[in-house]
Amino acid sequence: MTASLSTTLLAPFMVNAFIAGTAIALLTGAVGSMLVLRVELFTADALSHVAFTGAMAALLLGLVTGVGLLIACISAAVVLALLGRRIGRSDAAIGTFFAWILGLGTLLLSLASTSSSGSTGTSSITVLFGSLFSLSSTGTWLAVIGSTLGLIALGIVLRPLIYSSIDASIAQARGVPVVGVSIAFAVIVGCATALSVQAVGALLFVGLVAAPAGAAMRATTNPFATTALSMGLSVAAVWTGLFLSGMIPSVPPSAAIILVAAAFFGTAKLSESLVARRAR
Amino acid sequence: MSSPVVSLNPWTDLSTMWSYPYLRNALIAGSIVAIIAASVGWMMVQRRQSFLGHTLAVVSFPGASLALLFALPASVGYYGATVIAALIARQSSDAQTADDRQSNATIGTVQAVALATGLLVISRSSSFLTSTTSLLFGSFLGITSNEVLLIAVVGVVTGVVFIAIARPLLLATFDATEATAMGIPVAALNVVFAVLLACVVAATSQITGALLVFALLVMPGATAQILTPKVWKGCAISVGLGLGILWLGIGLSFYLPRLPLGFCVTSVGFFAYLVSHVLVALRSRPHLQGNVA
Repeated sequence: MTASLSTTLLAPFMVNAFIAGTAIALLTGAVGSMLVLRVELFTADALSHVAFTGAMAALLLGLVTGVGLLIACISAAVVLALLGRRIGRSDAAIGTFFAWILGLGTLLLSLASTSSSGSTGTSSITVLFGSLFSLSSTGTWLAVIGSTLGLIALGIVLRPLIYSSIDASIAQARGVPVVGVSIAFAVIVGCATALSVQAVGALLFVGLVAAPAGAAMRATTNPFATTALSMGLSVAAVWTGLFLSGMIPSVPPSAAIILVAAAFFGTAKLSESLVARRAR
Repeated sequence: MSSPVVSLNPWTDLSTMWSYPYLRNALIAGSIVAIIAASVGWMMVQRRQSFLGHTLAVVSFPGASLALLFALPASVGYYGATVIAALIARQSSDAQTADDRQSNATIGTVQAVALATGLLVISRSSSFLTSTTSLLFGSFLGITSNEVLLIAVVGVVTGVVFIAIARPLLLATFDATEATAMGIPVAALNVVFAVLLACVVAATSQITGALLVFALLVMPGATAQILTPKVWKGCAISVGLGLGILWLGIGLSFYLPRLPLGFCVTSVGFFAYLVSHVLVALRSRPHLQGNVA
């Protein structure tokens, strides 16, 4: 048992999954805490649908899926950030936009499945649900490099970003470039989406940004501490999830990661209400 | 399916479509769903609860796949899962303070758990690809008469409940303090609306699939909100738009079989949304309007 477990854990695909998963978890944990702070998780939800359409478009045009994802996610994130400024923070506008993007995705899916062989159905499921276990070593290095760049960029804008998220008008009055900062953040969120779609898939991306950050927010109110804690919880969720999925092969890694992250969230919520009850 | 030809006479085209039994079921069920989704969706837009609406739509996927696993009727899975998720999402945001951040994170987590569960369930079944695709993207054209009957019953019940709570709910939405002072049970109404939204989502996702429910829910309401600030007029416009979007969408995909239904419906909706933005922009600038007219 132990021998087979260590063989599984040291298999190349597992090592790749741990390396890429850790890098992506650090980025999504940090991005997630900012998204929760800005009450913008719905934007992340929208971007995950854009990722699906982008990947289908790349498939149809014969591009590398990762490139299609990156272009689609970053441009959509910037459009949503600009749109949000022009017509106010309207969730209905975001919803209408991504409902159509998804419809476009179904068109591309049907075009792709009539033009190529039967592998399209599989690849659409891979895009929707992802799998860290199927990552190549090139994919692993791309994930590490992309996440590092994303984290560096986020580190640069973190302070003005937190300031403008908490009170945009005061930040603007103090000379913080609120628009520039929110566009820079949008680009980072787009990158994070594109990277993590390969890890957990388009449909589960929201969980990777929501659950660790939501749990961290219940433990501390300091935005910097929340960000650090969220990154830590995110990595812990990915490691535990990968370990579980390695032990129980019928559990897909994406599902395991998200369920562990959600368990953190549930625990944080429960302990918070217990503490509140004791204080009363 | 022999590919039909457009005659450009709407009446002939419509009767051609009507002559196909499977399409007749789709049109009837679709119309009922479009009416309730557009009215409840309009309220959802007013309440800024699109994220909740979309999460409930997503939840119907694991609901249906769990039902398939335990050999239960799919309806049980759809309605059971969405109603439970609505209660969890509402419960949490009422128990805590009305903190946007907390409830945003809770809704996101509920959605992700739902999807992870769905993936877990469906990866154990052998027919992984086909069933996933049909659960996510719907089987609009495979609706049976029994399903139509169920949708009709749900449509009537949700419609009656919606009309009964619409007035106090709007007041609670726009001014919760005032509503509480007037003795309106705001917290209870919030829960009732969440459950109502869940039922409508379940009815809709049964025919459109989990991924496209949201189009019927949000697009008419969002468009109506742009066109008019008035309350009941907005709701009426939303219902009209919902029906129009659905019928045009079905018609387009019937006469252009290469285009999937989901693409047609969402494109018609998105087009209506963009056009209404342009119309409103023109209306607010009289000098431009003169040039155009």
